[in-house]
Amino acid sequence: MNPAIRVENLTVCYDRHPAVHHLSGAFASGSLTAIVGPNGAGKSTLLKAIMGLLPVTTGRIDHAALKRSDIAYLPQQAQIDRQFPITVLDVVLLGHWRRIGPFGAVTAELESRSVDALAAVELADFRRRPIRSLSAGQFQRVLFARMLLQDARLILLDEPFTAIDARTTADLLTVVRAWHAEHRTVIAVLHDLEQVRTHFPETLLLARSGIAWGQTDRVLTPDHLQRARRMAEAWDENAPPCAVTP
Amino acid sequence: MNQWVDGLFAPFVEFSFMRRALVACLALGLGCGPIGVLLTLRRMSLMGDALSHAVLPGAAIGFLIAGFSLAAMSLGGFAAGLTVALLAGLVTRFTGQREDASFAAFYLISLALGVLIVSTRGSSVDLLHVLFGTILAVDNRSLLLVASIASLTLVTLALIYRPLIVECFDPGFLQSVQGRGAAYHLLFLVLVVLNLVAGFQALGTLMAVGLMMLPAAAARFWAQEVWSMAAVAASIAVLSGYLGLLLSYHHDLPSGPAIILTTGMIYLLSIVLGRRDGLLVRFLPRLHLQS
Repeated sequence: MNPAIRVENLTVCYDRHPAVHHLSGAFASGSLTAIVGPNGAGKSTLLKAIMGLLPVTTGRIDHAALKRSDIAYLPQQAQIDRQFPITVLDVVLLGHWRRIGPFGAVTAELESRSVDALAAVELADFRRRPIRSLSAGQFQRVLFARMLLQDARLILLDEPFTAIDARTTADLLTVVRAWHAEHRTVIAVLHDLEQVRTHFPETLLLARSGIAWGQTDRVLTPDHLQRARRMAEAWDENAPPCAVTP
Repeated sequence: MNQWVDGLFAPFVEFSFMRRALVACLALGLGCGPIGVLLTLRRMSLMGDALSHAVLPGAAIGFLIAGFSLAAMSLGGFAAGLTVALLAGLVTRFTGQREDASFAAFYLISLALGVLIVSTRGSSVDLLHVLFGTILAVDNRSLLLVASIASLTLVTLALIYRPLIVECFDPGFLQSVQGRGAAYHLLFLVLVVLNLVAGFQALGTLMAVGLMMLPAAAARFWAQEVWSMAAVAASIAVLSGYLGLLLSYHHDLPSGPAIILTTGMIYLLSIVLGRRDGLLVRFLPRLHLQS
């Protein structure tokens, strides 16, 4: 199968310390992959590097034929101001950015597609509500509706279900599985190993370096998890800044 | 009764300087209101204050070169304000110092420089003039400047409204769909400085920022979306310009502080009465259910 994203000997620094270290491998096109690992393992850093939001220190990321507009990215929820005075519909309409850009008009057709997307995440009646009135789970549904409109071939999710209620998580996992069925490539940073085992066929276990990458049941073995934990314990935050050995 | 109505309109009918002052307030309010709303949403409320002080040395140098020349003082103020904004932005980007700290540092340097220039070369009366403005002495040329800046502000904001809001609400998203929004941020800062320059020669450097931030802070208690907040803020600014001028006329008060204090009163009233999160709505649950 063709890789959607291939990384070769990739090192990415965060705050001048290497957060992803000499990682090599590929996310197959149409695959559904979970990235798991201890805190500070470089999971978010890897997604940001794929998005081009962080510079690559050494090695390379091969995006194959993917353009920026082919990728949708959901950052950790804490990064958005949920008190901002904006309506649910306006947030979802941003999913049309590729078509409307900074200045283009929003047509009636685009608006009705946004309403459909809201219906798909069971928020059809919420379109006029300000986002500040939504719960964390409802707001996450809004962000998923926006991604539905982005119609991306590669979808990156950074801890999409952290602090989200069980029912919303179940509904949004259905959306993720629908993306998988449509042969889109989905990469999600997750914590809940049970969830990963049930819903994600592929897994990358990351502890700055890649511990294991492949079929989920072969990656999430006690042995591998133990190794990831041991590596996390050995991390020294006061290590000299980013000394990379090629 | 008639006397009352007379009191509301007569000053503007009788005196052309009051009419010009009113038009200046109208233009200032229309530009400053929306700018203030965007500043508060970007959590840059105090940045307006910093920039307003930063304008001073430029205006002072303009004053020294050309006396009370509107063009020289405005141009100087604009250049100084923009320099401080850019320097603060650069220091933040390259050293990791937080933006508010670097803004504070540069505006303090700038303010001290301005006071130094004015006090060594001009008299203290001149300094008061620069600091507190003279809306009652607005002539046709400065009126034209203030009106042009207001128009330019509204047109530019309308053009870059979408990216500006997205960059503020969800910068990660804007970055992921089209790269950094730095150009819009910069354009916005230019608008902030322009409006402060417009405000400073009518209300003075210290007061200009009041007409920008107070209506914006009050608007938050009335509106739910950015555009409606901007509309409310502009209305409050225009209204307090009118009421403040009346107050200053009838009670023989300085016009700048009268206008800003009126805005301040409206802000305090909004905290109590505001439809959204106001104290009354919050602590009288029955009222809340009805609304």
